[in-house]
Amino acid sequence: MQLDAKIPAGPLETKWEKNCFDLKLVNPANKRKFEIIVVGTGLAGGSASASLAELGYNVKTFCIQDSPRRAHSIAAQGGINAAKNYPNDGDSVWRLFYDTIKGGDFRSREANVYRLAQVSNLIIDHCVAQGIPFAREYGGLLGNRSFGGAQVSRTFYARGQTGQQLLLGAYSSLMRQVARGQVTMFPRREMLDLVLVDGQARGIVVRNLITGEIERHTAHAVVLATGGYANVFYLSTNGMGCNVTAAFRAYKKGAGFANPCFTQIHPTCIPVHGDYQSKLTLMSESLRNDGRVWVPKQTGDTRRPEEIPEDERDYYLERIYPSFGNLAPRDISSRAAKRMCDEGKGVGPTGRAVYLDFAEAIQRLGQPEIAARYGNLFQMYEKIVAENPYKTPMMIYPASHYAMGGLWVDYNLMSTIPGLFVLGEANFSDHGANRLGASALMQGLADGYFVIPNTINGYLAGSRFAEVTDRHPAFKESVAEVVAKVKRLLSIKGKRTVQDFHRDLGNIMWEYCGMGRTDERLTKARKLVADVKAEFWENVTVPGSRADLNQSLENAGRVADFLEFADILLLDALARRESCGCHFNEAFQTADHEALRDDVNMSHVAVWEYAGEDKEPIFNKEPLVYEFVKLATRSYK
Amino acid sequence: MSSKSINLTLKVWRQPGSKAAGRLETYQADNIPTDASFLEMLDIVNQRLTLAGKEPIAFDHDCREGICGMCGTVVNGRPHGPERETTLCQLHMRHFKDGDTVVIEPYRARAFPVIKDLVMDRSALDQIIMAGGFISVNTGQAAEANSLPVPKDKADLAMDAAACIGCGACIAACPNASAMLFTSAKISQFALLPQGRPEAAKRALAMVACMDGLGFGNCTNHKECEMECPKGISISNIARLNREFIKAALVSQEK
Repeated sequence: MQLDAKIPAGPLETKWEKNCFDLKLVNPANKRKFEIIVVGTGLAGGSASASLAELGYNVKTFCIQDSPRRAHSIAAQGGINAAKNYPNDGDSVWRLFYDTIKGGDFRSREANVYRLAQVSNLIIDHCVAQGIPFAREYGGLLGNRSFGGAQVSRTFYARGQTGQQLLLGAYSSLMRQVARGQVTMFPRREMLDLVLVDGQARGIVVRNLITGEIERHTAHAVVLATGGYANVFYLSTNGMGCNVTAAFRAYKKGAGFANPCFTQIHPTCIPVHGDYQSKLTLMSESLRNDGRVWVPKQTGDTRRPEEIPEDERDYYLERIYPSFGNLAPRDISSRAAKRMCDEGKGVGPTGRAVYLDFAEAIQRLGQPEIAARYGNLFQMYEKIVAENPYKTPMMIYPASHYAMGGLWVDYNLMSTIPGLFVLGEANFSDHGANRLGASALMQGLADGYFVIPNTINGYLAGSRFAEVTDRHPAFKESVAEVVAKVKRLLSIKGKRTVQDFHRDLGNIMWEYCGMGRTDERLTKARKLVADVKAEFWENVTVPGSRADLNQSLENAGRVADFLEFADILLLDALARRESCGCHFNEAFQTADHEALRDDVNMSHVAVWEYAGEDKEPIFNKEPLVYEFVKLATRSYK
Repeated sequence: MSSKSINLTLKVWRQPGSKAAGRLETYQADNIPTDASFLEMLDIVNQRLTLAGKEPIAFDHDCREGICGMCGTVVNGRPHGPERETTLCQLHMRHFKDGDTVVIEPYRARAFPVIKDLVMDRSALDQIIMAGGFISVNTGQAAEANSLPVPKDKADLAMDAAACIGCGACIAACPNASAMLFTSAKISQFALLPQGRPEAAKRALAMVACMDGLGFGNCTNHKECEMECPKGISISNIARLNREFIKAALVSQEK
């Protein structure tokens, strides 16, 4: 597998401009001759579809939901980072770049992250112009707040619904292009295969989720913006429909999968409370601006929180990380919560929770101010837990939230398959081993609004394209495979439900490949997952037919892919002989339990290449070269 | 949280396809944990149906945190069920009593045909947005974000309106199946912001015309939309829509 990252030479500050200049352009009249498929309508896919259509390309956009407005980007709460430095607190493009590289534990590409910081300000400008109602100060100018891993206030927000507002902005731009006829929208379609002709990505095969029909769609390039794979853990903060299927099928067609073991466990989620539970709910990291995290000092303390006096509480984040305190990055905060619970200081009925306490902030600012900042989050907590967080501290625990890993892409966001581009959470590019809060929205929109419209032309103008119709043998072959798989799922007629298998898979992944990993447990997990996978194909029951709306069938296909994908995630975790960011192998830690990197041997992107059914994937690596920053041990103390 | 469980009788709308006839089927839902959400209750029932060799109940859902707008059926005659400002996915079974009978149906509106069981086609809402629910700005054209101050009170009101999740409960609640609350929320968001003013007249006329053309009814001030809206969108937005529409129709160049 060739891994040329195509990073432009020259100073960091001018790489992006140079790249845009060096890439060939497509003149406006010729843009009309190209068709581009975009799969996914979250922040990355929605913004890419709109921006490419504005340029004059013919865009066909697909999503699994009934409307492009419902993609899971909508659930992002806290905010979006940008280096505007409006608060005059010392921020800059360089600082946003450095914080993001450091937050990712020095496992991302300098050039990509610098570009992300550079375009961050353009995103805010564009979103304001779209009419997104960002929070404002009394003078009418934009407000900012702080997020984890930064000592400046650079996060823009729209109450606790920033993702919703940004997504509706992208969606409105997309619908404007649908109205113009420049985008054809295909909702309730699931991509089940990528079609290659002469080695180029030339189309996709999708299942129409209403009629069950298998459809063929051709294009000159395919853009995947299909989100992350956190649902491999079954319980996660992702939407129920989030899946790895589109990315995984592209992997099977030759796209490298990068750093799958980099999965983020978010520290502030509502704890697990029963085995009927279908998902976990995030409580935005922005709450850590004002909430203080604590556990009782004494192990096994069963008193109610209000009965525990101040001097018997351990505000452990403030104690261990005094300079960042409650705003320590996610990986660090999550592991600290786990350590407290492992030591027997956890609270709540299961002992797997810590307190997030607003008493001090309510006293300092008053309840109305806290309600204005976090009202919808407090309301959501109360609905789920049936306790009033204005009076009783919230109980929180880490949960699977985000995938830093994803399909490998070069600087132009093209995968190892020519003509297949990957954006947003679905790619691996910008967050290294740990993503900082409020950076996912920034990356999704950077990729869609500003990167892909400037890089896809280089590919389109520089490639030759054969005439391809949906009657091409490659489509026929692909459809046959997809139909065979669907038929096989329906024919097993076993004794266990799809959800049951998914829950089993999730339990194994969380238990053996969650916040603390060891070689022994990862090896055991590979065996356990293989057993679940084998049983799945013999004993799953998928009711209904393939010729109409069949949600069991949809889920069965997704869980089947998760079962295969999980093994690559475990292999990657075993192959990374260090701890970094969210990947914590207990064999590699410092005396005070922090991640211990190996910059000499492990400063690379691990890229897995499909080698055939039931064969171990091939390991490739892209070395990470640091020209501009000095690798340092991450410290938030 | 407590870990009690309750037994319920469900009457669920089952309809095999858009052209087929539907009817209410009765299911016994025993041992439902009260900490489960309404959709988790349906998950449990569906697991049992699947294992009994029957087809599970089709229902739309995704984020399960009350923000995507994908879920929403009528529970005992009320869209999203009995709790105020709560989507179905955020409704928990602790709000039901042991022995309750719960009737679950899709929204009933001409513009929302049933696809299967509780799954509806709500694409009419996308069409209303296509008619004008946007500000015409291409990527790259924007000015510096802080070059245009927006009064905080206006920005806050715009955010109140923008909180709409597009679930369609307002339409299901309205005796006329009017989409005025949905449409007015988008028109208000942009009408309140200086960025939205250049196209305000065109937007109001186009969105209202589209809404009428799709078979949604008119507003006759029943206010049931506001009562059932899971995001608390106020009908004062409808008043603003009416003002915008009248201004546009009477005095703008757009009519």
